[in-house]
Amino acid sequence: MTTQAQPITRSRLFLPSGFSISLAGKYTLLILVALIFVLPILFMIFSSLKPEEQLLRDTASFRAFLPVGNLSLQNYEDAFRRVPMTTFVGNSILVTATTVALGLVVNSMAAFSFALLRWRAKNTIFSVILATFIVPFETFAIPLLLIVNTLPWLHIGLDGIYITQGWLNSHHVQIIPFIASAFQIFLFYSFFKDLPQEIVEAARIDGANSFQIYWRIIIPISGPVIATATILRILDMWNQFLWPLIVVQQEEYRPVMVGLQYFFQLDIAWGEIMAYLSTLTIPVLIVYLLLQRTFIESIASTGVKG
Amino acid sequence: MATDTARKSVPLWSRLLAPANAPTYQRKEAIIGWLMAAPAIILIFTFLILPFFMAFGFAFTNQRLISPNPTEFVGWRNFQNLLTVRTFTLDPLLDEETGLPVLDEDGNPTYPRLRDYTRGNPDYPELDGLREWFSWNIGETRVYMLASDVLFMKALFNTTLFVLFVAPIQGGLALLLALLINQKLRGINIFRTVYFMPVVTSLIVVSFLWRFIYDGQNGMLNTILSAITFGAFQPHDWLGDPSTALWSILIMSVWQGVGFHMVIWLAGLQNIPGTLYEAASIDGAGRWQKFRFVTWPGLRSTAVFVLVVITMQAFSLYAQIQAMTRGGPLDSTQSIVFQTVIRGYEKQDIAGGSTISVVLFFFVLIITLVQRYLTREKTA
Repeated sequence: MTTQAQPITRSRLFLPSGFSISLAGKYTLLILVALIFVLPILFMIFSSLKPEEQLLRDTASFRAFLPVGNLSLQNYEDAFRRVPMTTFVGNSILVTATTVALGLVVNSMAAFSFALLRWRAKNTIFSVILATFIVPFETFAIPLLLIVNTLPWLHIGLDGIYITQGWLNSHHVQIIPFIASAFQIFLFYSFFKDLPQEIVEAARIDGANSFQIYWRIIIPISGPVIATATILRILDMWNQFLWPLIVVQQEEYRPVMVGLQYFFQLDIAWGEIMAYLSTLTIPVLIVYLLLQRTFIESIASTGVKG
Repeated sequence: MATDTARKSVPLWSRLLAPANAPTYQRKEAIIGWLMAAPAIILIFTFLILPFFMAFGFAFTNQRLISPNPTEFVGWRNFQNLLTVRTFTLDPLLDEETGLPVLDEDGNPTYPRLRDYTRGNPDYPELDGLREWFSWNIGETRVYMLASDVLFMKALFNTTLFVLFVAPIQGGLALLLALLINQKLRGINIFRTVYFMPVVTSLIVVSFLWRFIYDGQNGMLNTILSAITFGAFQPHDWLGDPSTALWSILIMSVWQGVGFHMVIWLAGLQNIPGTLYEAASIDGAGRWQKFRFVTWPGLRSTAVFVLVVITMQAFSLYAQIQAMTRGGPLDSTQSIVFQTVIRGYEKQDIAGGSTISVVLFFFVLIITLVQRYLTREKTA
């Protein structure tokens, strides 16, 4: 009994009731560190609202971090004139949403099979998939470019149905290579492995086949891991840069990140750049702030089992 | 008898999936299992494993994106051209009459021209085509480090430097932040949320933003430093100076990524059972002892994960370089992956780019294995 009380009295020695110097010190430290993380982002957002010469003048003082002076959305108007914003955002949303949705199905299905079903060569194949973890994407981007350049595509549209060769300059070239993900399979796999195996056995005795177990029983209780997988994948896909830069030359298929290149051509207007950066960041930040608990728990869950 | 007939009636493709004498329900399970895994297996094979092995193949050819000549197998030549490093020493020129070194106007000894040895000198075939990477003097003898591909050597050096520093700095700071956040204080979640904010911001966005922060004239960093030092600090062009460019990128990368690893550490910290701390308190352990003997051992597997992840991210250093410096100034921020992309894509030298990829892969593999070995569970 006394042993349990001991740590509490110990910490009370440091923290007498309510406010104390050490508490104030802790908060000061927390706030200073917070400033390091938040100031650059505030700077970006506030600068995007300032006219160019005020923006440059303000960086010489701490006005840089305050929404003061002559504020307007002019930079956004100019930025959107320079870049076909609706097209780019539309492309990014289309590519991200499709990849995430298809990826959830493909990866969770594979993970279910690896985790809970018995078939030959399963363990070998699973180890090979896990081993691909350590291969950085950039190292095989060029051969991948050659592969997608030779693949056929069945074009279905108002202008007819025909087969084309090469996937460059399209939406699907940004989607299909990224549907399956070793990391996502691993995420689902570790979640499924931790489920009580009795669920599966009970369903089997009730006459459910493997696919029904997956679809009717496992998926409905997989909310947390689906949230994790979705969040991580959305971040990945929204931030795609190198691949679309390589495979898409036509403006009508470009995603948002590649649009940044437009701002470093002849005349660099920092206000417009900040406006564009803010446009890319604010939606993600809002979603993050709304779902921050899920976000952080998602990331945390990737490490615990790793 | 019964099993025998069953075995014969089972088609070959089905026997590949499950043992031949497996009952029907097991066979069904195997077939469904295969079908469910197949889309992912096919996609990963086509878009990851196949291109990965193609890169291995290209590394032994002279493949270019568009070339009038047919692709040829060239053996290890690409690796020789990439990785050859030789030392070479030159003695000062001696005056033929006095036997003393010939001095230049400033009184320094003069040396034969390096070019005379490395450009088609029949006496030194092994030096042909090599270029100076760096040199130093031992006494009056000049020692050259020659490399077949100086640019790649610089990229290799920079990347290694980046990895060696970013892994402990980012991992260590992340642990400190996690310990800071792992306190029971009111509103602590707000701080956790704020520290994590840069992680959800794209690395490309962050890189462009920090270009402005590091700017030599109007940069925010100069402003702050000059304010803190009451104007004593002279503005510095952080990305424009070869001696600070890589460090600037490193600090920015830490700023962007540290929140991610903080959360991983935090999960590790919260997995340590509270009873261990209570037991340590009973034994009279102080704060540091609790950290040393309870927290740190409890974080072992987290530490492996964090270090491996940071190292692998650091080895693929690319986005920051592309967005901030494109390798400059004076190649001080060239990185391995940036060179892969430049050669394979911009210069359309697929063989060259692939060779670098293969080298990078082995680096990552070795580092991963070493790190796993060093941080392995020590079973007494």
